[in-house]
Amino acid sequence: MDPQINLKPSSPAAAGAAIECKELTKKFGDFVAVDRISFHVNPGEIFGFLGANGAGKTTAMRMLCGLSYPSSGHATVAGFDVYRQQEKIKQHIGYMSQKFSLYDDLTPLENITFFGGIYGVADKVIKERGPALIRSLGLENEASKLVGALPLGWKQKLAFAVAMFHQPRIVFLDEPTGGVDPVTRRQFWDMIYEAAGTGVTIFVTTHYMDEAEYCNRITIMVDGKIEALDTPAHLKQRFACDNMDEVFYRLARTARRSDS
Amino acid sequence: MKQLFVFIRKEFYHVFRDRRTLLILFGLPLVQILLFGYALTSEVKNADLVIMNGSVDPLAQQLTAKLRSAAFFNVQEKQLSPTAIEKEFKKGNIKAALVFPSGFSSDFIKARHATLQVLTDGSEPNISKTIAQYISAIVQDFQREHQAMAPAPLTITPELRMLYNEEGNGSINYVPGVLALILMIVCTALTSVAVVREKETGTMEVLLVSPFKPVMVLVAKAVPFLVLSLANFSIILLLAVYVLNVPVAGSLLLLFLITLLFIITSLSFGLLISNATSSQQVALLISMMGLMLPTIIFTGFIFPLENMPLIFQWISNLIPAKWYYAAVKAVMLKGLGIAYVWKEMLMLCIMTTLLLTITVKRFKIRLA
Amino acid sequence: MVKCSSMKKNNPNSAPAADHADMPIIADHISKSYNKGAVNALRDVSFEVKKGELFGLIGPDGAGKTTLFRILTTLLQADKGQARVSGYDVVKDYKQIRSSVGYMPGKFSLYQDLTVEENLTFFATLFGTSVAAHYELIKDIYDQIKPFSDRRAGKLSGGMKQKLALCCALVHRPTVLFLDEPTTGVDVVSRREFWEMLQQLKRQGITILVSTPYMEEAVRCDRIALIQNGQLLNIGTPSQITDTFPVKLYAVKAASIYTLLKDLRSWTQAESCYAFGDLLHVTLGPHTGDDLALIREYATAKGHDQVTVQRIAPSIEDSFIRLTTTNSLQYGSADQS
Repeated sequence: MDPQINLKPSSPAAAGAAIECKELTKKFGDFVAVDRISFHVNPGEIFGFLGANGAGKTTAMRMLCGLSYPSSGHATVAGFDVYRQQEKIKQHIGYMSQKFSLYDDLTPLENITFFGGIYGVADKVIKERGPALIRSLGLENEASKLVGALPLGWKQKLAFAVAMFHQPRIVFLDEPTGGVDPVTRRQFWDMIYEAAGTGVTIFVTTHYMDEAEYCNRITIMVDGKIEALDTPAHLKQRFACDNMDEVFYRLARTARRSDS
Repeated sequence: MKQLFVFIRKEFYHVFRDRRTLLILFGLPLVQILLFGYALTSEVKNADLVIMNGSVDPLAQQLTAKLRSAAFFNVQEKQLSPTAIEKEFKKGNIKAALVFPSGFSSDFIKARHATLQVLTDGSEPNISKTIAQYISAIVQDFQREHQAMAPAPLTITPELRMLYNEEGNGSINYVPGVLALILMIVCTALTSVAVVREKETGTMEVLLVSPFKPVMVLVAKAVPFLVLSLANFSIILLLAVYVLNVPVAGSLLLLFLITLLFIITSLSFGLLISNATSSQQVALLISMMGLMLPTIIFTGFIFPLENMPLIFQWISNLIPAKWYYAAVKAVMLKGLGIAYVWKEMLMLCIMTTLLLTITVKRFKIRLA
Repeated sequence: MVKCSSMKKNNPNSAPAADHADMPIIADHISKSYNKGAVNALRDVSFEVKKGELFGLIGPDGAGKTTLFRILTTLLQADKGQARVSGYDVVKDYKQIRSSVGYMPGKFSLYQDLTVEENLTFFATLFGTSVAAHYELIKDIYDQIKPFSDRRAGKLSGGMKQKLALCCALVHRPTVLFLDEPTTGVDVVSRREFWEMLQQLKRQGITILVSTPYMEEAVRCDRIALIQNGQLLNIGTPSQITDTFPVKLYAVKAASIYTLLKDLRSWTQAESCYAFGDLLHVTLGPHTGDDLALIREYATAKGHDQVTVQRIAPSIEDSFIRLTTTNSLQYGSADQS
């Protein structure tokens, strides 16, 4: 089997932005974790969110996921306000992180059923699509195993499928491929592209700079501010670098702070 | 030696920089002493007591007066039907009721035998037991006076005497119990958590891959908690003596010795738990469920051991705290000497030796 | 130095054998399984690290890197096979190994509630030495965190924690240094700095075994071993490994890279095709004619603009992908594609 990626062009920018941020700020006391960031993400876009440790990525992502209130500024996610409609936002997004994604002591199907239930997917739909999902992931033989016994790469692919199960409009992926082998990493991106092709917006952070190249556009955060936001090709051109690694290094090297 | 010293110093840093540990160490004794000493005490003061037919005859009147004069009761004389009594109990308006039969005096004087009905609120067994004890003590006292002075005119001087607890001080029995509990928590739970935390943070790996003797890690972990436990013991003792007015009747040195022995037993337990677990939660759970509960249940300071099924009484012999509790009670409250507690001390010695042997034997110099 | 001689005095009978002197790490057919054989963490792993070498163990999470590190640092015992570190047997002579190696486990193993200085002093004392004794070794690294010496380790940034952990592992001047995934979860800037520190340590004559899941870091090592599912796939210098790439590799680019990938994927001539940064890496099956022309013609025929095709030298990641897909070792092979 060859590692292959099903790359699809992102859908053209639709009328409404999937994510819209204006001067979004988060302060913890005197510390400005996120400093007036503004950007918009188009529906169906794969949006890479990069930054050194402690640049404010996680804080920004938390605000967008409706997990914390901004100190100032505006933002809408899937058309919902991050101040007033946090619950609505949570219903319309999917979230997956490297650290917590699935319950190790449940089987794949039990995980799907549980998370589907949490997001209010009808039992009938879960019963139909759950086993179908297991099949499409090639997990039939592992159906009775606990997730904890699966290799990391499979877990991450399953976690992504679970995050997508309630058909959210936007998926937030926090370092989804950390530590995953190169082949599975590419298969994972295969899934990301497939999802983006159906119009789902992907908001993703990564430490792998080659993965930054797979994004339609990327931002690089330094010290709470957005230092760059463009397509990978334009960024490389602007900074006269051969690869994203170099671009990132140039920008992040100037960082004064690192993670708290 | 220097390594051990530096290691122990580090352990003290951990303790003094962690608010939770400090709170458990020094907040818990305070709370427990006050909780057991005041709130949970079975001491009875101003309990609402209803007396029925209290004026049927002179003797009944005398006894009612005697009960009234005791500080334990808040006496009301009422005539209530059996259903009305039950209602009052249910509402919690009264703690006890005393019913005189008609012809109480004549039964007592002529037939030399009279009966009295005492009703107490069984939903509060400790309190109701105490109330029943108090009433029967007063009645017996009353009876004695009448027998002795039958021909002469009566002069009633109510005198209640309860052995080892003349003032009816209910907190007295709790002090040894609280001591056992606190020392168990500090030595067992905190020690096991302190070791397991090193495993969780991964520092245990670095410690093992160093020339420092693995078993010495255990020693270094135990020493601070030994010192802190002794400090705790002193605090509880001071609280007991000066706040709860529980005197130390026996030798302070002997009490100290018994406590030191129990601390070492508990530390060994903590180290054994830390050997078998690799997460702080599990260590804490085992310490709490596996040791705290049995300590509370089987020591005898809350639930009387003699009322338990025989099998539980046997099990209680395996609980170190039971022996400690018995020894502390003997020395601290009854003022007895070593001749009366050597058996308990021997039991603790045997347990400690056993636990330490298993701990050291099972201690892993590797990860798995 | 004083400390080292005193350690040896305690164990006069277990001096390292002379023939192991220039091989500080030797792993000989090491196997290890967990859960009563249900999980094979390591399968017949053998390799050697030369004196003064910076040796990299490259592989994804769950490949068995940490298990191998723990066996070599005497924390675990192998089911089968033998290993020697600094000439000492990892099972019998674990005490000698423990006093002579430096180890930095996967998690930054520091005491979060102790200050930078307290951590360093503690570990120095633990190894029977002082911070001053070998200060020249850690000076360059420690100088960077010195301004924060009164700060609790828990309040340090990821990059600084990493530096402190390295200082703690070096404080007794170990002859062999084990670093288990020191750069995981650390950003690009700190990662680069860290590799520069390792180069400096190498110049001081310290043998280093380091593991990483980041393939691009392989080129910074003298020699590497690629590991997947408990097996070593290949051992050699980075260039030796890429040189043994069995076929020619081409980088292809076009205006619409996504459709190009799909097209190449369905092309029978293409043996493999996968995304690599902004390029596609392609290998071809047996055919006649010029490779470059063949690919260009196919892409153009499919209607692609701005097609560029170039023969490129394979990277370690290309080699790893090739080794894991052709050996059908990897778990992901049952995937839907």
